[in-house]
Amino acid sequence: MSTTARLLAPLRSAALLRPLAPAMAATSASSRLLHTTSSQAHVDTSSTDGNQPQGHLPGKASSVFLTSLNDSFFDKVTPNVLSGSNNAQGGIPTFRLLDGTGKLLPGVTDAMLDITKQEAVRMYETMMLLPVMDVVLYNAQRQGRISFYMTSHGEEAAVIGSAAGLDHSDEVFTQYREMGVLVWRGMHLDDMMNQVFGNEGDMGKARQAPIHFGNPSLHFHNVSSPLATQLPQAAGAGFALKRTKGRENNVVICYCGEGAASEGDFHAGLNIAATTKAPVIFFVRNNGFAISTPSTEQFCGDGIASRGPGYGMLTIRVDGNDALAVRAAVKEAKAKCLAESRPVLIEAMTYRVGHHSTSDDSSAYRSRDAVENWKKMDNPLHRMRSFLSERGWWNDEMEEEIKKTARKRVIDAMNRAEKKKRPSVTSMFEDIYSGELPQNLKEQRAELARLVKKYGKSEVWAKELNKHAEEGRDLEKY
Amino acid sequence: MGRSLLGCRRGRAIRDAQAHALAADETTCIFGEDVAFGGVFRSTVGLAEEFGRERVFNTPLCEQGLVGFGIGMADMGHTAVAEVQFADYIFPAFDQIVNEAAKYNYRSGGMFSAGKLTIRSPCMAVGHGALYHSQSVEQFFMAVPGVKVVIPRSPIQAKGLLLASIRDPNPVIFLEPKVLYRASVEQVPEDDFTLPLSKAEVIEPGKDITLLSWGTPLYSCVEAINMLRNPPASIAEHFPKDLRNASVELIDLRTILPWDRETVAKSVAKTGRCVIVHEAPITAGAGAEIGAYLQDKCFLHLEAPICRIGGWDTPFPHVHETFYKPETVRIADALVRTLSY
Repeated sequence: MSTTARLLAPLRSAALLRPLAPAMAATSASSRLLHTTSSQAHVDTSSTDGNQPQGHLPGKASSVFLTSLNDSFFDKVTPNVLSGSNNAQGGIPTFRLLDGTGKLLPGVTDAMLDITKQEAVRMYETMMLLPVMDVVLYNAQRQGRISFYMTSHGEEAAVIGSAAGLDHSDEVFTQYREMGVLVWRGMHLDDMMNQVFGNEGDMGKARQAPIHFGNPSLHFHNVSSPLATQLPQAAGAGFALKRTKGRENNVVICYCGEGAASEGDFHAGLNIAATTKAPVIFFVRNNGFAISTPSTEQFCGDGIASRGPGYGMLTIRVDGNDALAVRAAVKEAKAKCLAESRPVLIEAMTYRVGHHSTSDDSSAYRSRDAVENWKKMDNPLHRMRSFLSERGWWNDEMEEEIKKTARKRVIDAMNRAEKKKRPSVTSMFEDIYSGELPQNLKEQRAELARLVKKYGKSEVWAKELNKHAEEGRDLEKY
Repeated sequence: MGRSLLGCRRGRAIRDAQAHALAADETTCIFGEDVAFGGVFRSTVGLAEEFGRERVFNTPLCEQGLVGFGIGMADMGHTAVAEVQFADYIFPAFDQIVNEAAKYNYRSGGMFSAGKLTIRSPCMAVGHGALYHSQSVEQFFMAVPGVKVVIPRSPIQAKGLLLASIRDPNPVIFLEPKVLYRASVEQVPEDDFTLPLSKAEVIEPGKDITLLSWGTPLYSCVEAINMLRNPPASIAEHFPKDLRNASVELIDLRTILPWDRETVAKSVAKTGRCVIVHEAPITAGAGAEIGAYLQDKCFLHLEAPICRIGGWDTPFPHVHETFYKPETVRIADALVRTLSY
């Protein structure tokens, strides 16, 4: 009875509803705003010089007044270095260290490269491993051995170069075309194949489609299919990192493509990272296509880099096919991120040489010639190889040796993964909630157990059960 | 639970629960639109001053951003309490909640989790909130495996359930009936305490009919029970004398997902009759799910069709609110119809 009395008591006052709180809040906020504006306005009117920066806008430190309407419209944000330069027509410049043939550009010194033979060679070897995996797994998909695959062809330098610019303990959020980061960080080939084949060795328990990797010990957060969702998440992770003792020297890197940059979450992620001063490097692979959509139909501005300054964000455009330039840009971005406690935007210009995925035939929307020309004209692997050869750090024998061993390693790992069983049938019901299985899921698992017991010998089910660990016997206890 | 008791408004209970969460766990941060100055419903008053602007802060006005941000914090093992200013504005974050937060643990095989995220959001009718300051959204999230959905009915419930939600190892959407922020007053323990999730509460035991609801309409349910027992003269003719002493079992569901099937089914198996009340529209509302489950589990015990009372299948109107909501008369009528079937 006392509970009912408690329930009833509020009803009387509920009848006397107050006005909507937000309306009240808005009133007080706007009165504060008016106060600020009027005091500022007083200062503004005392100035007669239009070129004098004016603090007339709340939230904007200064802005000069113009009286010409024509001069007042604008559609470009151009870095300072270009003003007055002949190159200004080209828009935001692109940072590069090597030319298309792998030679150092004029003025580039070894000190600027800041790389040892060992690291440069390792970068190239990792870059080479990617197309080997890509070719083997692409064909495996074509043979129906795996359900799906996405290659990294053409973007090896962007991905490996960026990975090489970071520490292994930096947190990584990706879109899906960045498995090179895992290869660079030394994820075991077996672990990668287990994910692609969805077997019981997969750390992710074979629930996601191929190439949706995750690896906590390598600080690589799980890939998910919805585009750009990782961007605001990366901002939150960066903010958490900043608040974690002992991790003051770590940053988050968050990858996406230029297509994903059209999602609302791109705006959301960059803006919230900027306002919360999260140490995040947003790394956009601008490869010219989002499936069939060319970037000319994706945006009208100067690529993605032009948006960075709009968020008050330190920004750089880099030649994404120059692994050393990408590495240098990311290293410097990380240093600035930490020193200035703010996010950085990097736009890496590259070209998606492969099809979008195994479900796509890109010749339906671009010519094979264009792709072939691109591979010849600006090939990130050739560029890196020339750089190494020129220094005597690489030769044909090494190239052949790596190609041969890499292919064997990949095929062996693939064959091992293919032989493994899928996780048990009942594991489908686990991990939806941490540490508990709600009643509805218990009931549904029992229902599947009943059905399998009754119909498990039917052709389709029998064949499928056979592929799983315990072959469905795990259902018996339910 | 030895402690002093403190007269406490609901908004205060939610504020105090968050203060306990901030004090108990250094990684806890509270953020959202306008939370730093205390929140538009005063739910975070004084927290920024007490715990610092680095832990209680405003975000840009972007629901998908602030929920995604909370997921990222939780993913790093930090406790994130995100506020969405009105449940009506949770939809821009629907993708982040449904595709990301809810599936984070499952899709990674338990390697990564968004379990330390709690999303607080004011919900339900407020008298004059019209289309976008009145909505009940629980049914949309009831269909999402991986999240929990919790709705308290009073200050004690709000504090205990919110602390349990913040500490639950799963992402929780905590919906706060906003009309109760200032209206509802009761003695709330000052201590840090929790109430169990996924447990319905039998507020008043009965044997003739089960009346199930959550949040604000529970108060209309209590009034409806009183109306049945002692109808006003103007409409007394519609309440047959032999039904007026019916024993009504009133249940607060409290957690919408995963909901307490056992308590509800046990009650309906006992009473044989059930009325489900919610403010959200009837079609595909939470009542549809609960009703379907009950007819499956309690088929042989049912003496009458399960009756659902909710908002009509219209957007939430401004000047028509009284005729839209599941008000006392509608619930009392449902009790009479179901009891006399």
